Amino acid sequence: MSETMTGAEMVIRALHDQGVEHIFGYPGGAVLPIYDALFHQDKVQHVLVRHEQGAVHAAEGYARSSGKPGVVLVTSGPGATNAITGLADAMMDSIPLVCITGQVPTHLIGTDAFQECDTVGITRHCTKHNYLVKSIEDLPRVLHEAFYVAQNGRPGPVVVDLPKDIQFKTGSYVRPLSNQHKTYRPTVKGDMEHIRAAVELMANAKRPVFYTGGGVVNSGPHAATLLRELVRLTGFPITSTLMGLGAYPASDTQWLGMLGMHGTYEANLAMHECDVMINIGARFDDRITGRLDAFSPFSKRIHVDIDPSSINKTVKVDIPIVGDCAHVLEDMVRLWRQNAHQADKVALKDWWGKIEGWRARNCLGFRNSNETIKPQYAIQRLYELTKDRKTYITTEVGQHQMWAAQYFKFEEPNRWMTSGGHGTMGYGLPAAVGAQLAHPDALVIDIAGEASIQMMLQEMSTALQYNLPIKVFILNNEYMGMVRQWQELLHGGRYSHSYSESLPDFVKLAEAYGGVGIRCDKPGDLDAKILEMINVNRPVIFDCLVDKAENCFPMIPSGKAHNEMLLNDYLGETGADIGSVIDEKGKMLV
Amino acid sequence: MLQMKTHYPDATRVETSHRHTLAIIVDNEPGVLARIAGLFSGRGYNIESLTVTETEHEAHISRITIVTNGTDSIIQQIRSQLERLVPVHRVVDLTLTGEAVERELCLVKVVGKGDHRVEAMRLASAFGARTLDATLTSFVYELTGTTDEVERFIKLMTAVGLVEVSRTGVAAMARGAEGIR
Ligand SMILES: Cc1cc2nc3c(=O)[nH]c(=O)nc-3n(C[C@H](O)[C@H](O)[C@H](O)COP(=O)(O)OP(=O)(O)OC[C@H]3O[C@@H](n4cnc5c(N)ncnc54)[C@H](O)[C@@H]3O)c2cc1C
Ligand SMILES: Cc1ncc(C[n+]2csc(CCOP(=O)(O)OP(=O)(O)O)c2C)c(N)n1
Ligand SMILES: [Mg+2]
Repeated sequence: MSETMTGAEMVIRALHDQGVEHIFGYPGGAVLPIYDALFHQDKVQHVLVRHEQGAVHAAEGYARSSGKPGVVLVTSGPGATNAITGLADAMMDSIPLVCITGQVPTHLIGTDAFQECDTVGITRHCTKHNYLVKSIEDLPRVLHEAFYVAQNGRPGPVVVDLPKDIQFKTGSYVRPLSNQHKTYRPTVKGDMEHIRAAVELMANAKRPVFYTGGGVVNSGPHAATLLRELVRLTGFPITSTLMGLGAYPASDTQWLGMLGMHGTYEANLAMHECDVMINIGARFDDRITGRLDAFSPFSKRIHVDIDPSSINKTVKVDIPIVGDCAHVLEDMVRLWRQNAHQADKVALKDWWGKIEGWRARNCLGFRNSNETIKPQYAIQRLYELTKDRKTYITTEVGQHQMWAAQYFKFEEPNRWMTSGGHGTMGYGLPAAVGAQLAHPDALVIDIAGEASIQMMLQEMSTALQYNLPIKVFILNNEYMGMVRQWQELLHGGRYSHSYSESLPDFVKLAEAYGGVGIRCDKPGDLDAKILEMINVNRPVIFDCLVDKAENCFPMIPSGKAHNEMLLNDYLGETGADIGSVIDEKGKMLV
Repeated sequence: MLQMKTHYPDATRVETSHRHTLAIIVDNEPGVLARIAGLFSGRGYNIESLTVTETEHEAHISRITIVTNGTDSIIQQIRSQLERLVPVHRVVDLTLTGEAVERELCLVKVVGKGDHRVEAMRLASAFGARTLDATLTSFVYELTGTTDEVERFIKLMTAVGLVEVSRTGVAAMARGAEGIR
């Protein structure tokens, strides 16, 4: 049944028909008709952010924590350009978003009209797809298609640029029978021959390892369930990228921890020594592979990915499987069972023996202190005191992000939101706003650095306005710690502009926004203050003053292979865990 | 001296590059050419030649022919990256599907008198070029041929008064009975 309405009304109707409950936005001249349409209804709740970049990150946090697409509404010109960083972030991390941007009226496009910018031109490379809607007849189809494209295949952000005159025009709205794009059809079912060959290879493996990534989370909770089943059936060790944390429970014995530049010793050595690598939904990022010519030199590789361009991009694989993780995992589990496959028990026992040896080095060990709070300790305590709750963690970018990945243990997918590919400082606070909105009863914590938090700080105001009791847990080391660490490693310790000067008083700042400020500088006070933070039902900024000199280990210096990791200095001094393999500087080349 | 250390891995692979001709079937919608050209520039791929026109008016489908250059793995990436674009229906590597028929058309204008003029006419007829326009001092010739033939023709004409060239770029099609749509 078709109904007559304005373009602006169509936008809201289409959102409602898509099941959208929340959108994140900021008004302006070119979207006023849509804001007017919002005013007249109560089905779609609009969350007013304080900066358009915040809107996009909030939508990302909402999407990643709920599995639903995130929706953004911004005005033309500065509204659209402010959203760019968020779009680029969502593109890199494969987050499904629909971003509606206002545009100047069609007859003014190209004339440098007030607040005009070439939004489709500017966003072409940081969106999965984008549309400029020039006729009201196209609008209903485009709106629904945008949701299809954002969510199907490899997810990503889609921009719909909507000139103001089209928002005013009247047309007939029909919800299309299907949202599908007329030709875009990503492959979801993997090729059975390849899957069979993969399962065969796995059954004959002597030193196998699962290397899983964000694709498992993208694929949905069912994929995580199937992954757990397959890993348990085979008895193989499993590691995951930063983006895939939580898809496999960190408490499980088969879990090796995260891999890559700041991954664990056991995970990286398992990748280096394995004879069969099973990549499920990860993209061989350079933070994982390090030196390509030294990457996993002995392995045959299986790669499951929904995007053919991820396959053989930088690392050659032996068995490519294009398809959705859940579909392919289901086939793998079925085939493994059907053929009554057994892993090579003897070889696997040997392999685990080796892995246990690496594990015994306790690469995440650190020397704690009674005087200063070690950042690792702070995350450990945060984890211990929140693990029995429904907790969602977002992060900013830097050392604190890596410590969060290493020391917080994730048991479920969709509980961990971080900017991996783009590495956007400022992501965490708005992402926490989005996650809290999607999960009002959950505990949502942004693990932050004192530098990053200042990039999107204004979103505290959004949290206050909508009673979203997010917690911002700042590991305050008074440095752009990650930059300082690189300057130590690459530039002779010349700390050019990486000191966090003139920091605000974060406690007063929290109070100025109407939230709660807590400061802690003694390890002995940490538990009580973390509990205080958890127990207030309001937004909190927790200023945790940590050791300023601490660096993030283990670490594979770039350009090195997985078996050339640097481990924590302090381990060298205590000697307990890694003993003689560490040289005097505490740096280890294995 | 700044230390040239970075947190990115070094380039490690050296492979040889080859010329490939790709046929790309796309929805003829606004911006589609910008998407494709932008993909090549954004990811650092080469375009040697690019030809595009709508080939099926009813269905609004265009065929883009791109001649590019790259190692085998880059060519495979180019195909996969092109196929990621929503309006792209399919990409066919005509160089891989067997020797394709490739032609381009060029228009050249030569200006001159006396021996140059006579030589230009001789060359044109030797290459089988058509004369599209003539004045007492100039000719416009049309030549259709492979890229190599066109290149040779232009090079020779340069010596006898060439003042302007316009080329279409390559149009290509696989040999045999099978069609791409
Ligand atoms: C300071 C810093 C340090 C970092 N250090 C590390 C580190 O030590 N270790 C680490 O792991 N990362 C690290 N990262 C993150 C890193 O940059 C990458 O973002 C990350 O490694 C990529 O994860 P991924 O391979 O799982 O891919 P993602 O970016 O999550 O991509 C997912 C892949 O799965 C595919 N896919 C999507 N949906 C599906 C589906 N339904 N079915 C099948 N396939 C699908 C996609 O096509 C894509 O290829 C760091 C980031 C920062 C900012
Ligand atoms: C928007 C943006 N600008 C610059 C960078 C480069 N960068 C990466 S980490 C970092 C420092 C972060 O400092 P802080 O938030 O204090 O975290 P720490 O490393 O100290 O834990 C910088 C500047 C970035 N990732 N994002
Ligand atoms: Mg810091």
